[in-house]
Amino acid sequence: MLHFPKWKIVLILTICFLGFAYAAPNLVDRSVTETWSRWLPSQQINLGLDLRGGSHLLLEVDVDAVTRERLESVVDITRTELRKARIGYTGLGIDGEAVVLQSRESGQVDEIRRLLSAIDPDLTVEAGEGGRVTIRVSETALTARKQAAVEQSIEIVRRRIDETGTREPTIQRQGEDRILVQLPGIDDPERIKALLGQTAKMVFRLVDTQNSQADAMAGRVPPGSQLLPSDQVGPDGRPQQQYLVERRVMVSGDTLVDAQPTFNNGEPVVSFRFDSVGAKRFGDVTAGNVGRPFAIVLDDKVISAPVIREPILGGSGVISGNFTVQEAQDLALLLRAGALPAPLVVLEERTVGPGLGADSIAAGEIAAVLGMVAVVVFMVIAYGLFGIIANVALVINLVLIVAALSALQATLTLPGIAGIVLTIGMAVDANVLVFERIREETRNGRPPVSAIDAGYNRAISTIIDSNLTTFIAAVLLYIFGSGPIRGFAVTLSIGLLTSMFTAIMVTRLIVVMWLRRTRPKTLPI
Amino acid sequence: MRPLRLFPETTKFDFVRLRFAAFGFTLLLLTATALSLAVNGLNFGIDFKGGILVELQAQQPIQVADLRNHLSNADLGEVEVQQFGNPREALIRVEAGALRSQEASQIVPRLRQALGDQYEFRRTEVVGPRVSGELLRDGAMATVLAILAIGVYVWFRFEWQFGVSALAATAHDVIVTVGLLSVTQLEFNLTAIAALLTLAGYSINDTVVVFDRIRELLRTHKRAALGEIINLAVNQTLSRTILTSATTLVAILPLLFFNTSTLLNFTVSLVWGILIGTFSSVFVAASLLLYMPPVGRSQEPDKTGEKQAAATLENEGR
Repeated sequence: MLHFPKWKIVLILTICFLGFAYAAPNLVDRSVTETWSRWLPSQQINLGLDLRGGSHLLLEVDVDAVTRERLESVVDITRTELRKARIGYTGLGIDGEAVVLQSRESGQVDEIRRLLSAIDPDLTVEAGEGGRVTIRVSETALTARKQAAVEQSIEIVRRRIDETGTREPTIQRQGEDRILVQLPGIDDPERIKALLGQTAKMVFRLVDTQNSQADAMAGRVPPGSQLLPSDQVGPDGRPQQQYLVERRVMVSGDTLVDAQPTFNNGEPVVSFRFDSVGAKRFGDVTAGNVGRPFAIVLDDKVISAPVIREPILGGSGVISGNFTVQEAQDLALLLRAGALPAPLVVLEERTVGPGLGADSIAAGEIAAVLGMVAVVVFMVIAYGLFGIIANVALVINLVLIVAALSALQATLTLPGIAGIVLTIGMAVDANVLVFERIREETRNGRPPVSAIDAGYNRAISTIIDSNLTTFIAAVLLYIFGSGPIRGFAVTLSIGLLTSMFTAIMVTRLIVVMWLRRTRPKTLPI
Repeated sequence: MRPLRLFPETTKFDFVRLRFAAFGFTLLLLTATALSLAVNGLNFGIDFKGGILVELQAQQPIQVADLRNHLSNADLGEVEVQQFGNPREALIRVEAGALRSQEASQIVPRLRQALGDQYEFRRTEVVGPRVSGELLRDGAMATVLAILAIGVYVWFRFEWQFGVSALAATAHDVIVTVGLLSVTQLEFNLTAIAALLTLAGYSINDTVVVFDRIRELLRTHKRAALGEIINLAVNQTLSRTILTSATTLVAILPLLFFNTSTLLNFTVSLVWGILIGTFSSVFVAASLLLYMPPVGRSQEPDKTGEKQAAATLENEGR
């Protein structure tokens, strides 16, 4: 028993030393650790949003919209192709997850199939009864498109948030089609939510001046055109004006390379610049339509519809639209960051202000210190000298938890602090098991050394069993939990591991040292 | 320094005989839980029900009636205002389970507008109906799986009879704590689930220590009846059981001083769970073994074991 292998002593001391080294950066301000040599551990505990304040948003990419858009484009392709091939049909439209139509003459399915699959190999064409034709997009193609939409959305979300100047945002994919956004230090996320709530698809389209807008308002919208509302809202909450706009897109906003808020005659406007392809198209269209108005359309709302006075050949221009300074800034930001491939929906929002976070940390510290003091006093009363040894182990345990949290950069949350406090209470359990066993063995007449040896050896399997069962619960908590709860699972698991180490290794080492030095006849336990 | 003896050196309580009283008490708690769940149900937080929660703080003490007035002008539908310990703080809950998430997201800006600058928004939570449904499902699944996994682990490490007893005892502790949350109408949210899982892990801890001792005694006392062994095991581990419960309790009691409502349900559940867990480990878990097919005991003679057994029995004064 008194023999403790050298390598074990070295290992235990090394772990304890590393613990202190990794925990130390938390004692000083972050600005101090930055000046340290890079050989020294300098990472501090990563505080969760509930402690440092900030906003947590769970967004969902509306992938159904992606499917719908794909099917709409299939309808367009089909319409054009069948018209070109002079195939008669009726009832072309979307039905569930497919495009359907009714061909005039039976036996044309093969022809339709040949035409469509030449253009888009992802399409399958099935013949139904009585000339009914069903066109489907293959499952793999749809899934791939949804995947791409989610990935692109994450990229756009990141760009938009970076543009707002938020510090250290976290943007992660969660599950199939969700995006988790964490914004430290943001206590009013309304602006960011507004920015993320728009797909910001911008297109330039000509205003339809051939047909009467009054007719269209009365319900007779010409096939190639569309009525769109103005984005200016009147006092009654309804759009101030409707525009009759051609469906055909003149130039699309994805050819923009830059957009900046600026002023034009004292009015906030957004200046933009096209890439070479966009510039050429814009130049061609404006040259051919001088004198006609064109509409600048953002998410199916008309921002403004200026008249083309002369061909715009330089590839740049300005958008004016009664903006406030903030609106002009936001629009420029959205245009720079690019359009979202599908709308985003906010599923969950949790925001903690800086005041509450600071209060929670303070309360957590008080609770941890009080809990610690209570346990320390209790252990000394119950076990005397051995209680003091257990307390030394308890302090080392706490240091190791802090060190592990810092080194792993795990996030400490409010429930996480509760987890640490709970661990303080449970950590001494392993020591209690050992000490009670030693008492028992002493009562059974064993001499000190042999009683201590038996106490440790017999208690170990119990300690492992009891800690592992708690560990199981913690792991499940991590798997099924989210946010702060995961933080709790992490601190609880780390606490269980470190407390097993301190109880089995550290206290044992101290007890052996003490035994070697004093060689007691009886045990003060 | 000599430690104080907080507990008698050896105890000889007849826990096995007391089991009927303990079973009765357990049955009472379970019935109360079932009744309360049927009558009161659980006070689901917005995590599980969906909706909006705002924690406010003002410079002056908040007049709840005044606050309600402000809110009723904002036309937000069902709004609940609640105050905890601190008079400068208040919680506002808006039922928005039925609202679509787009509409729900408009409510917080409207609240800010209605309340003006006198109030600091310390915490805002908006949970859409779909997410709340998933959170509830995941929470329930985690709890059930944790209890099952613990049972399987004990079965694996001991024998199936122990696994079944451990499963029953752990499930009992969790159910009865859910009962407490129902009776007190404390908020049942993700934090409550965390408390339930922690408590499952804690309560099995106690039980495993007792089982471990029973297994050891079964090996050393080959001729003793199971009832006797259970009594011996529970008594031998009693001081440890109580000491550990006590240290854990003294450690977490300070959490009650958190002046926010955030951790109240957590702490109350844990305090109650530790008490109940200790009770069930001492009185219920081991005694359940009596009602199951006998645990297999190895037939090989174990000389050292016999010797030790004799020593222990002598020490116990038998």
